[in-house]
Amino acid sequence: MSTTVRHMGKSLSTTRFKPVNSGNSALAISQQLRKKHHLGETIIHVLLFLSGAISILTTIGIVFELTKESLLFFSSDGVNLIEFFTTTAWQPTIGNFGVLPLINATVMTSFFAMIIAIPLGLAAAIYLSEYASHKARSVLKPLLEILAGVPTVVYGYFALTFMTPMLRSIFGTDTVEVYNTLSAGLVMGIMILPLVSSMSEDALSAVPSGLREAAYGVGATKLETAIHVVLPAAISGIIASFIIAISRAIGETMIVALAAGSGPAFTFNPFKAAETMTGYIARISGGDLSYDTPDYNSIFAIGLLLFLVSFVLNIISRRITRRFREVYE
Amino acid sequence: MKPARPNPLTAEQSGMVIRNRTAGLWKSVFFFATLIAIIALATLILNTCNQAFGMVATVSRTDPATLSEKPLDQLNSTELMDILRKHITTTRLKTLEAQQPLETRTQQELLDLVQERIVQPKIEASWTLFDSIFHRAEIEKIAAEEYPSGVLSFRAWLNPDFILNSMASQAEDSGVRPALLGSLYMIAITILFAFPIGVGAAIYLEEYADKKRWYNRVIQTNIDNLAGVPSIVYGILGLAIFVRLLSPLTSGELFGVDGGNGRTILSAGLTMGLLILPILIINAQEAIRSVPSSLRQASYGLGATKWQTIWNHILPYALPGILTGTILAISRAIGETAPLIVVGASTFISSDPNSPFSKFTALPIQIYDWTSRPQDVFRNSAAAAILVLLITLLSINAIAIFMRNRFSKRI
Repeated sequence: MSTTVRHMGKSLSTTRFKPVNSGNSALAISQQLRKKHHLGETIIHVLLFLSGAISILTTIGIVFELTKESLLFFSSDGVNLIEFFTTTAWQPTIGNFGVLPLINATVMTSFFAMIIAIPLGLAAAIYLSEYASHKARSVLKPLLEILAGVPTVVYGYFALTFMTPMLRSIFGTDTVEVYNTLSAGLVMGIMILPLVSSMSEDALSAVPSGLREAAYGVGATKLETAIHVVLPAAISGIIASFIIAISRAIGETMIVALAAGSGPAFTFNPFKAAETMTGYIARISGGDLSYDTPDYNSIFAIGLLLFLVSFVLNIISRRITRRFREVYE
Repeated sequence: MKPARPNPLTAEQSGMVIRNRTAGLWKSVFFFATLIAIIALATLILNTCNQAFGMVATVSRTDPATLSEKPLDQLNSTELMDILRKHITTTRLKTLEAQQPLETRTQQELLDLVQERIVQPKIEASWTLFDSIFHRAEIEKIAAEEYPSGVLSFRAWLNPDFILNSMASQAEDSGVRPALLGSLYMIAITILFAFPIGVGAAIYLEEYADKKRWYNRVIQTNIDNLAGVPSIVYGILGLAIFVRLLSPLTSGELFGVDGGNGRTILSAGLTMGLLILPILIINAQEAIRSVPSSLRQASYGLGATKWQTIWNHILPYALPGILTGTILAISRAIGETAPLIVVGASTFISSDPNSPFSKFTALPIQIYDWTSRPQDVFRNSAAAAILVLLITLLSINAIAIFMRNRFSKRI
């Protein structure tokens, strides 16, 4: 608020041009005008501030609700924090609440997604920033943007009707189940690829061209310049993009809900069905759930876990990006 | 004998050859990585089209040929009524008469009745577009063996009826109208809620906020972080706040509407609003930041107040950019599924939504539901619904690109 007041003072410049000899009426009018403006502007300022503050309320709402219901969950019968993080069976009906199977499935799908998204995304970024002609870039970039804009439920359909049958025809229908973490993970990798490529490309393009020219000047090839000069210079931005990608993979719901299977299973076999944390939340809340049961409360506990993990990953990535900005701007 | 003289040129040349070859090899590797992404996009679209069109085998419970010598649609009302009286049990007939006497029904209505009650065509099997084109003979053989009484025909699952029909228990009668309307209704609420707040917050952060103050920095960091929170977490927030806590408001009880619970379009729209708010704010901030500061200074120089400057000069200048950002945020909201599942979208709704307090379904929910059903024919409906969704999104994005181009021309 102090900014407005300060600004008002400046714009009307009352301090310097205060009318010394003018009559009372002129002074009154000027004061009236000032007051009116002041009030209206203050109201607007407050309203705008409140709009900004809604985001804070959202965060507080998320943290408060998730924590409150999670506490309810952890205080209900047969649930305790140590068991939650150490046991490998999730069977709410008979009182087994070990979150490891869900975490394990999330880690597996995210791992497969990263195997696809990180190398391909980085390679695409290097191509777009270092090799592609202006014309090629103007065709490829919008196409990648479209790939990034496809709704996740469509990717889920793609995983189930294309990727899974393909995997089954390669590895045999006996080994590959209809729902499996590999198919979901691979398709998720395709989904995240444009995110990695566009963020990494931004980082690569931000490297000053002087560095490249210096490398060419001492006789380096284009590849040597890209790998030994540009890539190390942009590494923080690239790593930040990887972290954001991991965060996206962990929070992704629809692909795993459709293709990874429903029903928690503690397995390391990529061809078997296993439910992820997000898939579990979607299944439980999609059914007829009654409030204030351990089942219902458990989605909040898992939601809190998801929120914390993605929040921490985002903060780390932001820290890294900031360091990178300080170097080149 | 002359001592062997090293030839520096060849040595370097040979080194260069290898280095250049490696460079060329990796260039193609990088190019293929990009190509794979494009191929994936093409495969995704082709796969959907492949499922959305193709041959189907329709088996009727009663062969239309046994009902009449002429094709059914050439019969007049009296003949159709005769068929109905002959083939429907008297109790059924009475119920029908009670609803509306047969004599007063039109020929088209009677024809529909005959189709629905007597002929009862049902799609038993469907094939993909690819198979329909290249393995036509095999399909005909299989169809002849397994469905001897069936009729093999080509079907576009995406057709006008699909857009106009409601949900049905049969895949071939199902349509997306309630889902499409539900999506539009929800988006309208989302825009009404998120646009003013989002633009307001962006104006505050860009024009008013003193970045040295801790609370302004907290707001900015918080918005950046919220943009990365998984969408399903927003769903959980919506479930806790809008569906349960504010249930009297979102179910319409406060307004005298006889609402059941808070699982309404209003809750979904507000949840979606919270979800796109951070994206909207960040986009709007960028648009406002791109307004040249000379514009501000000129306005102040003429004695305008801060708000007058913003309202008359900054906003009009930044508006195309803000709208482009908003449209991109909205297209995210249209495709978002997970929060809607958590907030409690219904999967089987046959009536159109008529108020913010209606129960609802949405296009992505419909796709999710159809895809997860065990019957294969619903996969075809899901593919058709995906095409509807993608076409909607593409046209929305085309508007955004058009506006972006106009915007960049002005600068």
